[in-house]
Amino acid sequence: MFVGDKRAECRWRGFLVVSIWTAMSMLFAIAGYPADDRNPFAGDAKAAKAGEYEFRINCALCHGLGARGGGRGPDLTRAQKKHVHSDEEMFQVISNGIPGTVMPANGTNGQGVGMTDDEIWQIIAYIRSVEVKSPAKPAGNAAHGKELFYGDANCSLCHMIEGKGGRLGPELTGVGGSRTREAIIDSVRNPSRRLAWGLTEPTKEFPQEYETITVVTADGKEIKGVALNEDNFTVQMMDSSEQIYLLEKDKLRSFTKSRESMMPVYGSSLLSDKDLDDIVAYLTRVGTK
Amino acid sequence: MSRGFLSKQIFTTLSMSILFCALCAASARAQVTFARLLNSGKEPQNWLTYSGDYSGRRFSPLDQVNSGNAHSLTAKWVFQTGATGKLETTPLVADGILYASAQDDRAFALDARTGRPIWLYQHQLPGDIRPCCGRVNRGLAILGDKVFFGTLDAHVIALDTKTGNVIWDVVAADYRVGYSFTVAPLAVKNLVVIGVSGGEYGVRGFIDAYDAATGARKWRLNTVPGPGEPGNETWEGDSWKVGGAPAWNTGTYDAATNQIFWPTGNPAPSNRGAGRAGDNLYSNSLLALDADTGKMNWYFQFTKHDEHDWDATQVPVMIDSGGKHLIAQANRNGFFYVLDRTTGKLISATAYGKTTWSDTMDAEGRPVAKKEASPTLEGHTVCPGALGTTNFMAPAYDPQTALFYVTSRDQCDIFSTAPQPYEAGHAYYGSAYFPSDEAEPYRGFLKAIDPANGQIKWTFEHISPTWSGVLSTAGGLVFTGDAEGNFIALDAATGKPLWHFQMGGAVYAAPIAFAADGKEYIAIAAGSAVYAFALP
Repeated sequence: MFVGDKRAECRWRGFLVVSIWTAMSMLFAIAGYPADDRNPFAGDAKAAKAGEYEFRINCALCHGLGARGGGRGPDLTRAQKKHVHSDEEMFQVISNGIPGTVMPANGTNGQGVGMTDDEIWQIIAYIRSVEVKSPAKPAGNAAHGKELFYGDANCSLCHMIEGKGGRLGPELTGVGGSRTREAIIDSVRNPSRRLAWGLTEPTKEFPQEYETITVVTADGKEIKGVALNEDNFTVQMMDSSEQIYLLEKDKLRSFTKSRESMMPVYGSSLLSDKDLDDIVAYLTRVGTK
Repeated sequence: MSRGFLSKQIFTTLSMSILFCALCAASARAQVTFARLLNSGKEPQNWLTYSGDYSGRRFSPLDQVNSGNAHSLTAKWVFQTGATGKLETTPLVADGILYASAQDDRAFALDARTGRPIWLYQHQLPGDIRPCCGRVNRGLAILGDKVFFGTLDAHVIALDTKTGNVIWDVVAADYRVGYSFTVAPLAVKNLVVIGVSGGEYGVRGFIDAYDAATGARKWRLNTVPGPGEPGNETWEGDSWKVGGAPAWNTGTYDAATNQIFWPTGNPAPSNRGAGRAGDNLYSNSLLALDADTGKMNWYFQFTKHDEHDWDATQVPVMIDSGGKHLIAQANRNGFFYVLDRTTGKLISATAYGKTTWSDTMDAEGRPVAKKEASPTLEGHTVCPGALGTTNFMAPAYDPQTALFYVTSRDQCDIFSTAPQPYEAGHAYYGSAYFPSDEAEPYRGFLKAIDPANGQIKWTFEHISPTWSGVLSTAGGLVFTGDAEGNFIALDAATGKPLWHFQMGGAVYAAPIAFAADGKEYIAIAAGSAVYAFALP
């Protein structure tokens, strides 16, 4: 098939192409709509099994095997979801993604045309089949958790929620909605564990890794803090007084990077299980509203 | 863009082009003949094939930029393609004009000294194409007065070098069942040789050759043999019909034996061997083909019955050493292979990264997979991971240091099967993979391997894995890029970084070198732009 003749009349068509490159690129983002607004596989165990395999291939990288939440996708076994309630809403979210989050639209993750409508419905049937129908309410007292977060537990020295708190650690407004209770507890009890994994971008919990950097400058000053960014030749870091340093590695006397987090280990003597439950309840309340 | 601006742009560029052609008329030769491609070493100012010459070495004989002055390299121009996504193109340079491609099947020609466009072309793509892994294109081939490229809807197109006008446009396969082209073709004699993508969709792979003048197909080598053909017995039942074995990276050509060496990719489904028992020829192999007929002279399969998506589509590099005619490949499965390119016999296979899938070798010396490396329903960890120790990023071989330079990654994945029926045009992996939390953080390197013994002479560790290819030059330099946007010059003998420039976008492309008006340039694509560097 020849296509060149369509535009042969334009000697300098190339420059017209420039002006429509962007427009053409945008045309490729085609929204998906359900052929039917009810799940044809609702309650179908066989379809749910097929959906489980589709889920593994398309969803589990973020939402985890078994849909129990992963590096950056929320636990989908929760009956209460932040963005969707009905099957139809879930279909829309899988088809079109969620703007402002890392949830992509079907077919835009570099894998061609993505899933068919039927495959999406099968995945929804699977998710429904693994939902915990009557989830235990967060055991803790969210109001007390908030007091602890901004008070005795010292969380807010380094973490910010809804604009209030410190800057050294990750911002936590949404974390209660996107992470499982177990994952949050593990992050508090063993703050270095996830950092040690050093996962690549698709599975990072936060866009920044928060490695601990210690440098000695040419004039002998030692600075310890977290990495804001780094490449092979430079590092941008913040120390515990929230001072930002912009450094060239070859001008430093020493540069060391550690995957031992600057966050203290909150053992049960420092923070009781009950108090931690209260903090989790607070994070969950903020993160799921 | 306003109409006024557009008119001015056209006028300015038109004027510049006329001026340029007036200036270059005396020196520019009309056409890039096959003889010029064969003897590309005699015109180091040009970069005429994907790998710079037919050997696949990605080595430039230019030495104006060298280890003594590389620290003063400076950016000379930047061309913004306007494309989004991964820019994987390797530009070509012929007689002062740089030709390259970009995402969504754009092609363009630039004044190589200034980066100013001469023409721009974009293929009209249907809305439902099925490229795996990004809407990318790795580059063009040039022969005569045409440049050639393959498209995401599986067309092969010839464009006029002077205007970008379409000379011919042929459909090689049906994109709706998963075929596409992302590879830079290779022009040999009067043929345009190209390999297909689509291993994620259960296509039946092939390598095609088209008449450069007319677009007529001269031969096709199916990389999965049909019934009655040798190798078909290595597929269970009808699994050969959807057997994959794509051929999505550019091969090399040996004029002495008139053979094309072209590598192939994974069997489909990529990570589930159930249903396709057998070696699955000619997946994950290096094929030696007669250039005139496409007839296979020999093959060497690197990973038999692959279940980890370890395409063997890395550029095979021809090396002549001590009277031996060799071909070397740093394979995605973590081993560096050296073969006799006359016979296809294995000479050595040495691990050059973290590998756990094999601890034994067969009688030929080929690493053999452990049974326990097979993916399971529950999933377990295997190294390298699905992305491989290396991938499409082009390596380089420097005949002066006699070292092979390759970008590598140490990463392990949990491989888990996910039984999946074949459905035409739909992703067909049969599996899922996940980052392994048992593993160390992912690490990325540039490694210099001595092909004589497989030993690693030096290693430059990046702060994270990169997808950049490598260029080596007679100036004692290797060039590469990183995931954080740096373009880096290193001492070819020691790996010491000598210079870097922050380009502001991750690198997925491979560098080239060329010269114009007596000045050596190093060019590379990063982010959504092409950059050129030279001494002040």
